[in-house]
Amino acid sequence: MHDHDDHDHDHHDNHFSGIQARVKALETVLTQKGLIDPAAIDVIVETYETKIGPRNGARVVAKAWSEPEFADWLRRDATAAIASLGYTGRQGEHMRAVFNTADTHNLVVCTLCSCYPWSVLGLPPVWYKAPPYRARAVIDPRGVLEEFGVRLSDAKKIRVWDSTAELRYIVIPERPAGTGGLDQEALADLVTRDSMIGTGLAIPAGEAR
Amino acid sequence: MNGAQDLGGQHGMGPVAPEKDEPYFHAEWEKRALGLTLSCGAFGAWTIDESRHARESLAPATYLSASYYEIWMRGLETLLQRHGFVSPAELAAGQMLEKGRDPKRILTAEMVPGVLAKGGPCDRPAPDAPRFAAGDRVRTKNFNPETHTRLPRYARAKQGIVEAVQGAFVFPDDNAHGKGENPQWVYTVVFDGGEIWGEGADPTLTVSIDAWESYLERV
Repeated sequence: MHDHDDHDHDHHDNHFSGIQARVKALETVLTQKGLIDPAAIDVIVETYETKIGPRNGARVVAKAWSEPEFADWLRRDATAAIASLGYTGRQGEHMRAVFNTADTHNLVVCTLCSCYPWSVLGLPPVWYKAPPYRARAVIDPRGVLEEFGVRLSDAKKIRVWDSTAELRYIVIPERPAGTGGLDQEALADLVTRDSMIGTGLAIPAGEAR
Repeated sequence: MNGAQDLGGQHGMGPVAPEKDEPYFHAEWEKRALGLTLSCGAFGAWTIDESRHARESLAPATYLSASYYEIWMRGLETLLQRHGFVSPAELAAGQMLEKGRDPKRILTAEMVPGVLAKGGPCDRPAPDAPRFAAGDRVRTKNFNPETHTRLPRYARAKQGIVEAVQGAFVFPDDNAHGKGENPQWVYTVVFDGGEIWGEGADPTLTVSIDAWESYLERV
């Protein structure tokens, strides 16, 4: 994985060490001034590495698949419905759930920055924040989807949601066929992060890891 | 502003290149960058809108060649200097040279869970009733402010349909520049792909944005 460190910097061979030094200098100055608590940074990192991630959103989706009343609540007031599962807070203050159907596929992007529903999906992946996805999701969503290995039928409509305000979106993918007997934890195993952004689909029954 | 951040529809950016089993962080410095950004945000000295403006104000060549956490760090350096917490000399030296301004609060480890759980809701009571309703046909305004805006360039001077009234929210175009929260109604506005991209557009495509009321005029 280490060779990925320079992923965005192919044409700047020593760029990486530059930013590393820059961050270190900033943390040092702020710590010397008593403006930051380095232990608080450790807690923030630990929270997003171990506590807040796409498993939260997967449970939201599994519940929506299983309980029609919860799905209706998500449609009407996603913020409250998601908060009822304990998923609240930073970058999830105002939530909307958008449902894939047999004739429409939803895709979420933030062309202006990197708005993303942290409370249900955790921190965004690099590609979500990088120029190619932000540039192309709104103009060539089918081409983008193909790069994720998703080929939709030509008849399927694509609805792209550009997250330009403080609303954060979660896509509710279609429930895979043949999953009638699964409980919510088993259903949640079929829900990938990408399926909740719209760059993927739920995993077919029998293919879950 | 028409900065490098306004990427929707730009060509030549290359493939998306998703990474299999991507880790949350690709380097230790990214962890510190995230934590520094959130910790300094807790000072209460600037808003999320001002921080977005600090990032989008980077020179386009810098913005487009930086990783996202580097963009955050460069934006944070701007904000800390602007608000008197650190000096350019200190950033260059990598050590404290003078005391500087005191923040409203300093984020300690004990405070982190509460602060993250609370977030920063930005819905506010609106002074007036909404001007538009679901089903209304609207046109986005054509403007090109040098200041912060959340109306992307590709969606300016386009006709669409109001799909929903989402509530009233802090107006970022003012709030980013210290002009107050001035809440306005926000609407989900849906555009046909052809209205935005014209000839050759995907006929099955619709794109929606969340638009503040002052971005819209009735058709």
